[in-house]
Amino acid sequence: MSSLSATIQDVFNEPGCGKNANKTEAERKKGCTKQLQPGGAAGGCAFDGAKIALQPFTDVAHLVHGPIACEGNSWDNRGSASSGSDLWRRSFTTDMNETDIVFGGEKRLYKAIKEVIEKYDPPAIFVYQTCVPAMIGDDINAVCKAAATKFGKPVIPVNSPGFVGPKNLGNKLAGEALLEHVIGTEEPDYTTPYDINIIGEYNLSGEFWQIKPLLDELGIRILSCISGDGKYRELAYSHRAKAAMMVCSKAMINVARKMEERYGIPYFEGSFYGIQDSSDSLREIARLLIERGAPAELMDRTEAVIAREEAKAWAAIERFKPRFKDKKVLLITGGVKSWSVVAALQEAGLEIVGTSVKKSTKEDKERIKELMGQDAHMIEDMTPREMYKMLKDARADIMLSGGKSQFVALKAAMPWLDINQERCHGYMGYIGMVKLMEEIEKALYNPMWAHLRRPAPWDDAGVNWQTKAMAQMDAQAAEIAADPALAEAARRAKKICFCKTVDLGSIEDAIAAHGLSTVDGVKDHTNASGGCGACKGRIEDILAAQPAPVLQAAE
Amino acid sequence: MAIVTTSKKACSVNPLKMSQPIGGSFAFMGLRGAMPLLHGSQGCTSFGLTLFVRHFKEAVPMQTTAMSEVATVLGGYENVEQAILNIYNRTKPEIIGINSTGVTETKGDDVEGFIRLIRQKHPQLEKFPLVYVSTPDFKDAFQDGWEKTVARMVEVLVDPIEAGAARDRARVNVLPGCHLTPGDLDELRTILEDFGLKPSFLPDLAGSLDGHIPDEFTPTTIGGIGVDEIATMGQAGWTIAIGAQMRPAAEAMEQKTGVPFRLFERLCGLIPNDEFIAFLSEISGRPVPAKYRRQRGQLADAMLDTHFHIGGRKLAIGAEPDLLFDLSSMLHEMGAEVAVAVTTTASPVLERVKTQEVLIGDLEDLEELAKARDCDLLITHSHGRQAASRLKIPFYRAGFPMFDRLGAGHQLSVGYRGTRDLVFDLANLVVADREANHQPTPDTWRTTDGGLQVVPPQLH
Repeated sequence: MSSLSATIQDVFNEPGCGKNANKTEAERKKGCTKQLQPGGAAGGCAFDGAKIALQPFTDVAHLVHGPIACEGNSWDNRGSASSGSDLWRRSFTTDMNETDIVFGGEKRLYKAIKEVIEKYDPPAIFVYQTCVPAMIGDDINAVCKAAATKFGKPVIPVNSPGFVGPKNLGNKLAGEALLEHVIGTEEPDYTTPYDINIIGEYNLSGEFWQIKPLLDELGIRILSCISGDGKYRELAYSHRAKAAMMVCSKAMINVARKMEERYGIPYFEGSFYGIQDSSDSLREIARLLIERGAPAELMDRTEAVIAREEAKAWAAIERFKPRFKDKKVLLITGGVKSWSVVAALQEAGLEIVGTSVKKSTKEDKERIKELMGQDAHMIEDMTPREMYKMLKDARADIMLSGGKSQFVALKAAMPWLDINQERCHGYMGYIGMVKLMEEIEKALYNPMWAHLRRPAPWDDAGVNWQTKAMAQMDAQAAEIAADPALAEAARRAKKICFCKTVDLGSIEDAIAAHGLSTVDGVKDHTNASGGCGACKGRIEDILAAQPAPVLQAAE
Repeated sequence: MAIVTTSKKACSVNPLKMSQPIGGSFAFMGLRGAMPLLHGSQGCTSFGLTLFVRHFKEAVPMQTTAMSEVATVLGGYENVEQAILNIYNRTKPEIIGINSTGVTETKGDDVEGFIRLIRQKHPQLEKFPLVYVSTPDFKDAFQDGWEKTVARMVEVLVDPIEAGAARDRARVNVLPGCHLTPGDLDELRTILEDFGLKPSFLPDLAGSLDGHIPDEFTPTTIGGIGVDEIATMGQAGWTIAIGAQMRPAAEAMEQKTGVPFRLFERLCGLIPNDEFIAFLSEISGRPVPAKYRRQRGQLADAMLDTHFHIGGRKLAIGAEPDLLFDLSSMLHEMGAEVAVAVTTTASPVLERVKTQEVLIGDLEDLEELAKARDCDLLITHSHGRQAASRLKIPFYRAGFPMFDRLGAGHQLSVGYRGTRDLVFDLANLVVADREANHQPTPDTWRTTDGGLQVVPPQLH
């Protein structure tokens, strides 16, 4: 266990992580994990995160060592696509029983590895540790080592039991397993000046294939994609790439950074969501490759492809402009990878509500990021009724968000589109952005909505649940307005920091009691802004609104 | 009589089985205002939750005690306490249903003891309905979790009744197994009501997960049977249990309240429904309504029309015991051969499945045996989709989870009407498969140079 906790500490110290810069030394030690709240938590565990990150390696057998829950309840639940082997979609688990708990599960694990090799002969096996065998002390590193020696095949331990933390920690622990056991263990047949790694891309719904033809056209070779449509051998020789693009920074920043450190592979953080971001990413890939020795004419060809693709995409989007005139989009997500999706939506004539930004200056970009970041947290915290009111108040015509809020939007008879990971359409690159417009148009103009919004024949018009919910909310608001004490309580109960669950009242009290004048001071006393940091602006506003004499008196 | 065997493999490949804690949570989802809570790490809940959401395409309430590594080792009292308080304060539930998991069972947390302490410490929770069921992941399966949880609900939530107390003869308790869909429960409700009976379903997934649009959004379940109604189930005239898994709950009910029960192991097929309808007629004292006489005729006709296609089919079925027993028996009665039967856990019905051997195993076993025995009809849950595409035989999705097709909650198998629709669906699958994959060609029956007959395609 000591080596696992050392690895976790190492991951928490990640210097490449922007959020780490926001933290004190002590806080960094605690990790990026917000303290999970019993009875109020959502989201997957570290094992889930590790599996998500690695499962898209298509020719590997993914063997889960644990009781049936970990794999039996979760397998075949990701939409990554493979161009070759389907082994990754098969499920392998030791399905530990009571006897294994009493006597230890190592023997079963060893036998399971043997069975998988005999039956499926994969190039490698990834063995995932889970909570129960970790508790009873099953040493998967030792079992994997013994099996690898015995069977002459890589057997890679992925030490990320669920209870060590949330999903994003698991992503990183998976990355550590690759760095420790796989990357650099084989050599490619040949290399070219155009070899890149794509890190943190899972090829969901096959969407990476919306961009890959352009890379092919430019002669850029994906030496290894970690991990979408990836193959074990490519991963093992990925250290010979000339440059890397890191697609999902949260997931695998440690892999990108350590590969730069160990093998001198420069990386950049980019995205293929949105037209502008796609172009920027292609340029950046070309730039890094040229820096590493590729001929400079690569940039000319890249610019030519970009110009052609952008022109095609904008022309295709033009068609939607009359259809999108005066239509409002409520965009809520932490999952939108890029502000340039916003730019594309605006270019197509959609008005974005919920964010008050217009165009794509650098400041706007930061602003959108911040706004969407904090709204994503707010949504998780909202009751469905509040969410409905928000939709209503925003007068939006369609909501774009992550999967969690979909049922509320749909049940409110509100057009809705999934723009998070679970969706079934690819929205990547230039083609993907046009596809997104198509989907928005289809959703907006479906005649079904008008039918659904009609009251049932036995209902009085306007006495459906929607109006009842609104009336209740209004009544509550009126009650609060009529009673100053209630109003004050409601004002103070307003949630400011969603990560750490801190309300306005607590912050005001802390400011008054300790004479605080800085966001850091508030953080020290209330923990507010100690999570994602998105609420800093709100805390600054609160500080600014405090009567000056209080501050002076305390200082 | 079938021989029941257990797979000897160390590695389960493509599991058929799901874990029993989420079977327990599933049962709590049929209670109104409920919040199912798993005592384990957050992944235990999130995997289950994702599975339910993908199956029902609905928001599903489910929470976790979010056990960290440290809490797991030191014991989870504080996590259980905090989780209950948080849920109680934030979501205002009518009941919290707690299931343990592998993590907390390995440590051996005494959750009943925790709950006693929590009630003492927090007077507002003294009478609040908290039901706890021990359901370690490393034992048993989904169906067992449901079975234990419903039995426990009866023990904890039903009020005992005095021996001489008056009963409401028209009231009937219905204890449905987890293999029935919300659509099945609605069908049963209609049937019982047509006999003038007043059914109470425990649990009632039709109230909570039938996809209706609720009057009021709540973070808990949006319907289902209320705790108040469960308390009075002892006043009913009869209990009807559906599926052998419901015997413990029915026995607990009888023991606690004296309500007699009748167990229907199956409600799919002609004869099982004849018995069911005759029983309802008997306990209600009413003649069978004309509607069901007509439906019986329709089922008989459907059996006539479809037996051409179903008869002689070699069935490979993978399902939890009660669903396996119900569907395979019906298909056996329609002339299909139950060539392969794979299940998840032990049950008294397994030895009565109309086949040679029932294997407690996984979908790899099902696929390999189906291939070896030349099966031409596959029935299992959605995880069978990969096997089906490799086997290239007609695939009917049944059971939980069904995440790659829509309308899982409304798929019917009970009653004359449900059986009728089911045999039509199955026969149509066979017909479509024949049209797509087994059309004769001029060479289909031509003899080869060696004088051997080319094996003709199946032209049932």
